[in-house]
Amino acid sequence: MGLMLNLRKKLRFILRLFLRKDKVRIGIYGPPNAGKTTLANRILRDWTGDIMGIPSEIPHETRRARLREGVKIQVDKKTLTIDILDTPGLATKIDFHDFLKYGLSEEEAKRRAKEATEGVIEAIKWLDDLDGILLVMDATEDPYTQVNVTIVGNIEARKLPLLIVANKIDLPNASPARIRAAFPQHQVVPVSALKGINIDSLYRAIAEKFG
Amino acid sequence: MILDNVKDGKIVVLESGLTPEEQAKLIELTMLEIDHEKFVGIEVETYPIREKSIFEKIFGKKKGRLMVIGPANRLKTIEKREDFIRAIVEI
Repeated sequence: MGLMLNLRKKLRFILRLFLRKDKVRIGIYGPPNAGKTTLANRILRDWTGDIMGIPSEIPHETRRARLREGVKIQVDKKTLTIDILDTPGLATKIDFHDFLKYGLSEEEAKRRAKEATEGVIEAIKWLDDLDGILLVMDATEDPYTQVNVTIVGNIEARKLPLLIVANKIDLPNASPARIRAAFPQHQVVPVSALKGINIDSLYRAIAEKFG
Repeated sequence: MILDNVKDGKIVVLESGLTPEEQAKLIELTMLEIDHEKFVGIEVETYPIREKSIFEKIFGKKKGRLMVIGPANRLKTIEKREDFIRAIVEI
């Protein structure tokens, strides 16, 4: 089983080296409340006029992965077609008590927690079916979390192309430099997905990295 | 086995850590075990894997680093840097 999985990963890596695909499937990953859905909405709004979902201040608002296929991005007269996967936030613990302070009833909080655990599993499973990853981190938070370290490690082990998106740079205490220092081996693109700040640089980086 | 011990309230120390894939598997299994009453998840303390040496790249040997895994309600990370972790353990 493990051998087959390893062979599959190696085959996908070799194929990626030799085949430039017209269409790539990109997953948006990160911890809860990093701004994954806001970024997915920004990309979709800019290129399709649509949105992926409604973001919320309550953690684990996205509890099922959502896929939007065939989004065409144009950078420097080149067109890249991407499938965008917005994933539930990854976590090592989910305590329903954390949701109560947002005014949810105990029943709602427990249901959200249960769905969130299923979402984490789904997000991890999707890693095997993607061509690249946008890892969204909240630039106002310490990037050296176990979730971030685990995601980066898994992406590196799968040899998937990775762009780290340092989100929320519109906030005064944002520090993309802290993210660069934590993960110096990867390209970091500072943006505000909410305000659209530096979003063109992200599209250029997407075209270069995944195109 | 790790998760069974953590669910029993024990703090597990692994001298050579887990690979990233094993860590992802541990998170998946943890999510399946969360019962929303007694067990709400795990806290994992580990150092990131260092850049592989040429020898490790050629022969594919992975060198893990110390890893501490405990129940989320007893272990809490305070600060983490490349070679430094500060955490609180409730005994």
